[in-house]
Amino acid sequence: MRPFIEQAVFGIFPYVALTVFLVGSLIRFDREQYGWRSGSSQMLRARQLRWGSNLFHVGILFLLFGHFFGLLTPHAVYTALGLSVPDKQMLAIVSGGFFGVLCFIGLSMLLHRRLFDPRIRKTSSAMDIAILALLWLQLVLGLVTVPYSLGHPDGEVMLKLADWAQHIVTFRSGAAGFLEGVAWPYRAHLVLGMVIFLAFPFSRLVHIWSAPIWYVFRRYQIVRRRGAA
Amino acid sequence: MSHFLDRLLFFRKNVDTFSSDHGVVTNEDRTWEKAYRGRWSHDRVVRSTHGANCTGSCSWKIYVKGGIVTWETQQTDYPRTRPDLPNHEPRGCSRGASYSWYLYSGNRVKYPMVRGRLLRLWREAKARHTDPVLAWKSIVDDPKASASYKSVRGLGGFVRSTWDEVEEIVAAANVHTVKTHGPDRVIGFSPIPAMSMVSYAAGSRYLSLIGGVCMSFYDWYCDLPPSSPQTWGEQTDVPESADWYNSSFLILWGSNVPQTRTPDAHFFTEVRYKGAKAVVVTPDYSEASKFADAWLPAKQGTDAALAMAMGHVILREFYLDKPRPYFTGYAKKFTDLPFLVRLVERDGRYVADRLVRASDFADALGEVNNPDWKTVAIDEASGSVVAPAGSVGFRWGEKGRWNLEEKDGKGKAVDLRLSTLGIHDDVVGVGFPYFGGQKHPHFTESAHDDVLERRVPARRLRLKDGEALVATVYDLLLANYGLDRGLGGDNVAKSYDDDVPYTPAWQEKITGVDRRLAIQTAREFADNAEKTEGKSMVIIGAAMNHWYHSDMNYRSVINMLVLCGCVGKSGGGWSHYVGQEKLRPQPGWTALAFALDWNRPPRQMNSTSFFYNHTSQWRHERLAVSEILSPLADKAKYGGSLIDFNVRSERMGWLPSAPQLETNPIELTKQAAAAGQEPAPYAIGRLKDGTLRFSAESPDDPRNFPRNLFVWRSNLLGSSGKGHEYFLKYLLGTSHGVQGKDLGAEGGEKPLEVEWKEKGAQGKLDLLVTLDFRMSTTCLYSDIVLPTATWYEKHDLNTSDMHPFIHPLSAAVNPVWQSRSDWDIFKGVARKFSEVAKGHLGVEKDLVLTPIMHDSPGEIAQPFEPKDWKRGECDPVPGKTMPSMTVVERDYPATYAKFTALGPLMSKIGNGGKGIAWNTQHEVEALAKLNGVVSAPGVAQGQPRIETDIDAAETILMLAPETNGEVAVKAWAALGQATGREHTHLARTREDEKLRFRDLQAQPRKIISSPTWSGIESEHVTYNAGYTNVHELIPWRTLTGRQQLYQDHPWMRDFGEALCLYKPPIDTRTTASLYGSRSNGNKELVLNFITPHQKWGIHSTYTDNLLMLTLSRGGPIVWISEVDAKDAGIVDNDWIEAFNINGALVARAVVSQRVPKGMVLMYHAQEKIVNVPGSEITGARGGIHNSVTRACPKPTHMIGGYAQLSYGFNYHGTIGTNRDEFVIVRKMSNVDWLEKPLAQAEKVGA
Repeated sequence: MRPFIEQAVFGIFPYVALTVFLVGSLIRFDREQYGWRSGSSQMLRARQLRWGSNLFHVGILFLLFGHFFGLLTPHAVYTALGLSVPDKQMLAIVSGGFFGVLCFIGLSMLLHRRLFDPRIRKTSSAMDIAILALLWLQLVLGLVTVPYSLGHPDGEVMLKLADWAQHIVTFRSGAAGFLEGVAWPYRAHLVLGMVIFLAFPFSRLVHIWSAPIWYVFRRYQIVRRRGAA
Repeated sequence: MSHFLDRLLFFRKNVDTFSSDHGVVTNEDRTWEKAYRGRWSHDRVVRSTHGANCTGSCSWKIYVKGGIVTWETQQTDYPRTRPDLPNHEPRGCSRGASYSWYLYSGNRVKYPMVRGRLLRLWREAKARHTDPVLAWKSIVDDPKASASYKSVRGLGGFVRSTWDEVEEIVAAANVHTVKTHGPDRVIGFSPIPAMSMVSYAAGSRYLSLIGGVCMSFYDWYCDLPPSSPQTWGEQTDVPESADWYNSSFLILWGSNVPQTRTPDAHFFTEVRYKGAKAVVVTPDYSEASKFADAWLPAKQGTDAALAMAMGHVILREFYLDKPRPYFTGYAKKFTDLPFLVRLVERDGRYVADRLVRASDFADALGEVNNPDWKTVAIDEASGSVVAPAGSVGFRWGEKGRWNLEEKDGKGKAVDLRLSTLGIHDDVVGVGFPYFGGQKHPHFTESAHDDVLERRVPARRLRLKDGEALVATVYDLLLANYGLDRGLGGDNVAKSYDDDVPYTPAWQEKITGVDRRLAIQTAREFADNAEKTEGKSMVIIGAAMNHWYHSDMNYRSVINMLVLCGCVGKSGGGWSHYVGQEKLRPQPGWTALAFALDWNRPPRQMNSTSFFYNHTSQWRHERLAVSEILSPLADKAKYGGSLIDFNVRSERMGWLPSAPQLETNPIELTKQAAAAGQEPAPYAIGRLKDGTLRFSAESPDDPRNFPRNLFVWRSNLLGSSGKGHEYFLKYLLGTSHGVQGKDLGAEGGEKPLEVEWKEKGAQGKLDLLVTLDFRMSTTCLYSDIVLPTATWYEKHDLNTSDMHPFIHPLSAAVNPVWQSRSDWDIFKGVARKFSEVAKGHLGVEKDLVLTPIMHDSPGEIAQPFEPKDWKRGECDPVPGKTMPSMTVVERDYPATYAKFTALGPLMSKIGNGGKGIAWNTQHEVEALAKLNGVVSAPGVAQGQPRIETDIDAAETILMLAPETNGEVAVKAWAALGQATGREHTHLARTREDEKLRFRDLQAQPRKIISSPTWSGIESEHVTYNAGYTNVHELIPWRTLTGRQQLYQDHPWMRDFGEALCLYKPPIDTRTTASLYGSRSNGNKELVLNFITPHQKWGIHSTYTDNLLMLTLSRGGPIVWISEVDAKDAGIVDNDWIEAFNINGALVARAVVSQRVPKGMVLMYHAQEKIVNVPGSEITGARGGIHNSVTRACPKPTHMIGGYAQLSYGFNYHGTIGTNRDEFVIVRKMSNVDWLEKPLAQAEKVGA
């Protein structure tokens, strides 16, 4: 029974989550253009938002990219670049811990504001509150893994997790097997992460797809051609 | 196709660059732009307006998108004004802009609703009786059954019904009531027809056809200033707001223009840029005060003292010290100042008596026709007494002499003398009543005698009953104002600083206004009027008019205007904007609304007297007549309580009655037939021998109850019901908050003319039916609520006094859910009534009583002392010493046929208004072609159809001179017959114009000049009241034909109001017995209860509108001064309670510098259905502003049969004043939201 659950949670569920994440985003983008937004509440109350939002975004962006490169870069690449596995783990712990704390402060402020500011609370949907709570919980779980990681400085667990992730995204079988014996905070963190992917298309997180990076590189004047498309 | 796929073309979207690569041309998707274009594309855009009683009459665009009304914006296509005048638009305010919220809101009444207990009784009764009338009878004849639904009125419990069922209940109740109790027991209340005249006409036409009673509103709302009929014989006529722009000195007196006349306020702003001076008189620092060059904060209720002092200054400087020819010339031609008043000796001094008449002379000055009604003056050149043309005696019984040409009745030129000083025979001491010394716990009195004797020049005349002393009104007026003319004696002032009534120094103590400001304002006001020939204006409002002695407030200001020659002058005059929503096409509308095309006269009733009587407020009366009587009057003649005066008034044919007699008038005609007599003589005989009484003589007798009441276009119980808790207790018989005991329990003085029953009757109404689009307070107290169309779902007409245009309400969408237009609702009731009536009512004879009407030949009925036939002082003669009696034949089963067709009387008798009549056959023929004729056999066959609301609108437009140029010319020609002058030139330029409903939908149209009104519509002057009196020499419709500053009716003299003076507010005695006796531990203050018009609503409309609630505080509020709040430990937003023996209300406190110490200010008619907790005093929910008020009528408003002091619907009569009221205010200690289920709440009502 146990292997079956392991396989379901870490072998199949990731695909379900990623499918919902991608297909859901696609459908929502095509159908719900007016709802495709970050849902900022700055108009209602600026208090707690400047610090909260900025700390959160700085922290979460670093963590997001850190996880992305940390998990998906093949071992060979960074060892070839001269970064040993223990060093890489230490780098991840220190920088991740630092930005994790920034993010925690920011996210806690946002969550507090959303729950206890009456105007914000009144105008929040259930999903607005749920997604913040999920992120907060996920962040806490992530931070809880730090002492565990310090307990095995050799980076062995890190490699297991990376193997799992790389197997998943490359559609190789047996990904779930890598998580054998990995401590519960990592496992919980993974599950919750996949839940967030699952919830993504139904929440305000979709704004991540549309982060206006291109704005920085645009020309001064843009003219849309009449009768196009 | 797909936003996502488009994005995949990312690298191919840039197709070109320009400006050295600074710009880029892209190929990206542009479909999103449709959203922005679609924002302003609609299914349709329709012209409509809001029928709230705001006089705004603003034209709006109503937008419909996907079949839903989405929003509204202001129309900007009014016809242009002249080049030197700003345009009218944009008109509208935030209140109107929020209206579309109502259509689809939770407050919308969506289905016909019936009180659950009543519906259960009805269905059970219907199971037993196949005949609906018998079913209804079985319910109301069972006291237990009827009490079971009456006692829970206002406590919820509605269930959904169907149109068929509710129509049947209403029709059955009406038939039963007409048959058993009389048609005059079916009552209808609907106000201000101008705001949606077809809707008004729907109900009033139905009622008038069945003999029901239409209730007045203008007087009941206390918007009618009785000073207007008293002075001008005119209900109210005022300049349009554009005329403010022609003024150069404006006083805003108790009127808050930016807040309550929002769409018009721009003219005020604009004229200030032109250099006009603005003075504002209000006790509070109102929004209007920001307009002020000078703000005169007179204590509330004391305005007359200030205006009298200003009059004192004007007379001193502009009449005595240096007389101005413009002023004296105007006074001679257009006022009663030159006319002679008889002086009679009483208690060793002279007092001013009535105006001398031609009939007082042995030869009647050669006047054969109506010499009793021709007043006299002295001709300057000959020194002889003459009867100048234009007095009311010339109006009736002869032709061509009723005008203001300076001639006598024989056509000889005369020049009237203002004063007899210089040709006087004697100077005598004349006593003037003075009320300013009366003590009042909250107002300052002055230590002067109650009779002030002053020296007046007089002339001796030989009259047919001997020699008599006479004085001119002018000489009496100067003496009354306390001006020293060098004639010696006391009580006159040499200096403004003398403490003599009515000097600027005297007023300072009473009003608190600096004497220098009062003097300066008066001087500049008059100086401007002289230099501009009358362009000084007073915009006057509710803050002046809602006092018991409003007449004095108003007449003191009118005196200033008349003395400065401002009335009838462009840019000048009296601008009373209180509920005066002018129904411009009036003569066309009255025919439709009161079914004058089928039978005349209609039954109409003055509401103040009606409600005072039938809600038993008289049982709690605390004001003694002796308190308001002149010290010069013979007190023995004025015994009894206020209700007695009203009964006498009804009996003498002065005021109307409803219900009229204690016997069903249909029954009475049958009894007469059985006795072999005509109905009128039969009724008179029985009245005389006492076997028949007026209903008013025993209001607690079930035979005299009003039984059915329709309320539509109104929130009678949530807004205008003065004495709200008395309504609940006595009329409805449900839970109430009345705290005081009636006169029986208190041992007070009981009425003399009214039968006193130990227990006042409760639950008089069998059926209360309300038509509304929103669940108002009135709906909650009703038995049946009918869902009506909103202002965006029906076709109707709308006009105002503020601008000269007529424009429509139009159906942007069909009525949603099961709602119907008022026209369709009453049409449906009429159809069902006609069916149900069969077998119960056939062709019946109905005896209708009508008071002596103003603008009718009967108005000159009682020239001297009033005589009461009941006391044997005279014979009862209908139309002369008692009400007129007319037998009206009613074909009840044909009610529906008559409702939907124009009856034959328009062709047979013609149409008219205000005392003139014209043939209207041609218009009836045109209407037959336009609307088609009825083909079905019956009474209406061949008559023009009035099936739909648009048909009804076309009927009004076709028949009215204001919208049909041909009729206007006929009307002016008819008036010319009486005046002997040519007036048709005023309408000739528009003779061919006939406005149609679709014309109005295309663009608002300017009204055509008509003799219904005293101003003209022209390309050269803006509308101004009294304009045709001054420029066309048409007399005012008063006793002298001039502006009447001296009121010589015996009652006016005996109540001290022959000449204007200052009277302090009355003492209503509503707080002393409660103060401190029901303590909740918080400090209590006694404060004056002031109820102005509000900012976030129009009366009760919009006060339940979420958008407007969001702008204010989301529920009821009361403003209180910082000083009083601190004293009572109240901080802003605290829950407070205001109460007195009339009841209690709760609200949040707004603590503000705006409010002066000693008053609270509660915007009236904040609905008690939103955010209102329970009262600590009554234990019931909240209360509204009228929970602490009680109506208190004034005898001088009951006068009738006396030229301008004769009855007219909404023209004259008792008024529902309420600002003299005081309340106990304290912070609440327990805010209870009473959130219990109905089962428990019912016990409160049981």
